[in-house]
Amino acid sequence: MLRIRCPWCGERDEIEYRYRGDATRARPAADAAPAAYIAYVYERDNPCGWHWEWWLHVGGCRRLLKIERHTLTHEIRAVTAAVAVTVAPAATTPGAAPEPNGSGRESGL
Amino acid sequence: MSSGLSARESSGRYSGWRVLLEGLTGQRGWSRAWAKAAPRARYRVVIVGGGGHGLATAYYLASEYGIRDVAVLEKGPIGLGNVGRNTTIIRSNYFLPDNIRFYEYSLKLWEGLERKLNFNAMVSQRGALNIFNTEGQRDLFTRRANQMRLLGVDAEALSREQVKALVPLIDLDNGRYPVLGGFLQPRGGTVRHDAVAWGYARAASRAGADIIEHCEVTGMRRDAGRVTGVNTTRGPIEADTVCLAVAGHSSQLAAMAGLTLPIESHVLQAFVTEPIKPVLDVVVTYGAGHFYVSQSDKGGLVFGGGIDGYNTYGQRGTLPVAEDVAMEAMTLMPALARVKVLRQWGGVMDMSMDGSPIISRTPLEGLVLNAGWCYGGFKAIPAGGMTTAHLIACKAPHPLAAHLDLERFATGRTLDERGIGPYPYAH
Repeated sequence: MLRIRCPWCGERDEIEYRYRGDATRARPAADAAPAAYIAYVYERDNPCGWHWEWWLHVGGCRRLLKIERHTLTHEIRAVTAAVAVTVAPAATTPGAAPEPNGSGRESGL
Repeated sequence: MSSGLSARESSGRYSGWRVLLEGLTGQRGWSRAWAKAAPRARYRVVIVGGGGHGLATAYYLASEYGIRDVAVLEKGPIGLGNVGRNTTIIRSNYFLPDNIRFYEYSLKLWEGLERKLNFNAMVSQRGALNIFNTEGQRDLFTRRANQMRLLGVDAEALSREQVKALVPLIDLDNGRYPVLGGFLQPRGGTVRHDAVAWGYARAASRAGADIIEHCEVTGMRRDAGRVTGVNTTRGPIEADTVCLAVAGHSSQLAAMAGLTLPIESHVLQAFVTEPIKPVLDVVVTYGAGHFYVSQSDKGGLVFGGGIDGYNTYGQRGTLPVAEDVAMEAMTLMPALARVKVLRQWGGVMDMSMDGSPIISRTPLEGLVLNAGWCYGGFKAIPAGGMTTAHLIACKAPHPLAAHLDLERFATGRTLDERGIGPYPYAH
């Protein structure tokens, strides 16, 4: 059972979250070659090690999180908002969560 | 380390007469079923991965295509990967015509396999039953059954009463998920999975292939756009063709050759209960969730569910899916409440981007891929081995596996059985 420390809700069981895949794939420019889009849609590095991935806190605050997790040990070493700000899980307590930078709108999927 | 023809042939042909003879002479005539080979510096074909598909490919290369200069490299002992971790089910009840033809070919090979290998793999065509619990599912399964029948594959629709007669343990009238009927493939069933690894290993070894255990591949030997061999923990090995049959870790091996695959690795759990008296003589798949169960010849109920749902290389599995599977077992067969689960384990699988396997050439000359098996690797072993051997020997895809090529993702010919899209964790 994974325990994921949501920056807004605190530490919760994995059953509250829904996995949304590899967060390292960047959408190519609209005029990029088809090969770039094929790589974006289908190809995955699939590392045995640290992996940045999207998780949706569907049974909580419903925010999209970006998490760095080890694919062999399942250790989680970073939980961030979908926008670019890193919140170390150990430094976060429920109710005292920092708001992410920017508009707070989730992006990336 | 024994090798050579005498070691290969010493186990002899297995037969009832032989069992009787050995019984009368103190069982002194048995020896190793296959030769434990040491690696040579060069082979015509090197197959990475001593699982079901790797061993079957080696066997068919030798027996059907006359290529005996073959090595199968396995990083541990053979048979401890996914070929020994699945729920042993065979069937060909797919939906896409190309997939039906491929898996039906596999089922036909299973039907004649034991005679061919001279090995008892306990192929048991006890029937594979899919339960449906909603009207929508009834339509979907009827369409699937009709698709199968159009291609000459057996499929029957069963009423509630027929389902109950076949599986007395089923609770037809669960308040939330009543059983509306079922869809049976009578020729589906189970096979003793360890015996599949042992049988193919023995037959491949007798046909001349080297099975090399404890030999881990650490890198690919390249010459410009060509793969020329592998580096291993037991030294470099040159080869005309290198075949990767390492489902679960295909991305890792492909990365050694500089390739990125349309695959993610996920864990699928399986479970077995304590042995009980015969209660279930058919494979049952539940419609209201993801749960499938059969009873082994030892009496244990062997069952599984869906993948854990996030990328992992951990061969273990976590509790939420175990709980989910247990709930589904209880909903379908409440009597199972008093049966204890004896063991639980996990296998790491290649989940491909469209949920279908990959048997294909690669952009690199001399490198062939057998990968992306998702949930379906075990039942596909005979066909996967035969068509991979064809691809290696003839340098062209087998007609029944041509649709499983790697280029399908770029050209838009994906084989998405359930219409999910490029989300491996959802297949």
